[in-house]
Amino acid sequence: MHIHKESDIIPQPRHRLTTRLWHWINALCLLVLLMSGLTIFNAHPRLYWGEYGANNDYAWMAVGSSERIGYLRLGDMRIDTTGFLGNWQDSSGRTQTWAFPGWATIPSYYSLADGRRWHFFFAWIFSFGLTLFMIRSLWNRHIQSDLRMRRQEWRPSNIWRSFRDHSRISVIRQSWDKPYNVIQKLSYIGVIFILLPLMIMTGLTMSPAMDANWPLLTELFGGRQSARSLHFIAAFLLVLFFLIHMLMVLLSGPLRQTRAMITGGQARGVDK
Amino acid sequence: MTILTRRKLITSAAIGAGGLLTGCDALTRNPAFQHVLASAESANFTVQRALGDRMELASEYQVADLSPVFRANGTRDPGTSDYAASAAQGFADWRLRLTGLFVRPQTFSLAALQSFPQRTQITRHDCVEGWSAIGQWTGVPLKLLLDIAQLQASARFLVFHCADRLGGRPYYESIDLLDGSHPQTILAHRLNGEPLPVANGAPLRLRVERQLGYKQAKYVTGIQAVASLGGIGEGKGGYWQDVANYEWYAGI
Repeated sequence: MHIHKESDIIPQPRHRLTTRLWHWINALCLLVLLMSGLTIFNAHPRLYWGEYGANNDYAWMAVGSSERIGYLRLGDMRIDTTGFLGNWQDSSGRTQTWAFPGWATIPSYYSLADGRRWHFFFAWIFSFGLTLFMIRSLWNRHIQSDLRMRRQEWRPSNIWRSFRDHSRISVIRQSWDKPYNVIQKLSYIGVIFILLPLMIMTGLTMSPAMDANWPLLTELFGGRQSARSLHFIAAFLLVLFFLIHMLMVLLSGPLRQTRAMITGGQARGVDK
Repeated sequence: MTILTRRKLITSAAIGAGGLLTGCDALTRNPAFQHVLASAESANFTVQRALGDRMELASEYQVADLSPVFRANGTRDPGTSDYAASAAQGFADWRLRLTGLFVRPQTFSLAALQSFPQRTQITRHDCVEGWSAIGQWTGVPLKLLLDIAQLQASARFLVFHCADRLGGRPYYESIDLLDGSHPQTILAHRLNGEPLPVANGAPLRLRVERQLGYKQAKYVTGIQAVASLGGIGEGKGGYWQDVANYEWYAGI
């Protein structure tokens, strides 16, 4: 392997300007889209598979309230969620029976029209942002050089080692300026190229006018209600990604990591 | 140092989240900001109309795809004595009045509407709340009525007046001429092969298949052709638009 001398390397920040800009715009968009999306979900807190689904049809997931008990039902399993889902107190102490509580929604009170306005406005910014980021990152080879999986990285031993590394704080702490490991690569690829486009496409499928224009999209997801379910599942996979992402940032040095995502940070280390 | 920093970080994140929520509510109530948010809605309208054929049909389904129960929403019975009397005689005295900017304003009885060529379509009804139901609708294409009554050149919108009231206000809806002349836009009087049930808008309801449920006006008594929606209701083009700020264009 040929190793460049330090003087050979063109100084390259750890995070490119496009990456940093998109990261923060996208973070804001996803937060607003999630919270306004929960407002929209509150209008009908039931999820179905297939093309149709309404109150008389079987919902594989439902949030509700009966006799002052809030619950989440998943298939046949009913979980008491009083205080959190389905039955909770608002900031003035009144009991509310909307599915998601006010602190998780935009606006914090129930307004379907306002929730939709927030959602669709930020959906445009989110979609443009993602598209531009993808094009730019292919063009400047960020994806090819930093996220592309090398053949040897697919080896189970390598993936297993990466999993083990993620359970060791000392390794995480040292990893902050290393090239992305296999789990990071797969997560980022999964989010950028699968989950985020899936959010846009399942979102479009819920629009009756889009269904008239692009009926194949609806068929691809197995119907409008399936698309709605997938939209919700993908949103919560993104929440899961966010939580692990936050944990990793906290464990690997939150200040230097955040600073690097704002200023660009120092050059990436050479391959191990 | 590190611990303090993390705690600070978490505290400021919590304060930030709280501030964000209050901030969002304040922004939501701010008319200028609402205007900015609503700009995305006109983008939705423009883009959806620009995609593909402007007369693209909504997907149609098979009998096997029908919802076992077609959910009724909004008014389930207008509840007035006039309506009850009309229902008692099978809506034989029901009239559909075409008024406003028509060259030849018309009044049709239900029997007259049923004597015209009919269209039957199995389509999916999508409520703004998120649920969907598939139903089979039979009715007279609106285009046919527009051809008989002939719109004046200044007409831009069709306003549907209804026999039901919600919260004391008369329900109404409106569509533009493009949707008005769309082949799947019909005034339906049958659902799943039966006369339209009262809960679903008997005897006449609008089907405008590429838009959400609140556009599908029930208990239709009149169609008014207008140049602008300004003078009707509070001017936003429909009951839910006036009452709850729903978008006039409900393609998404």
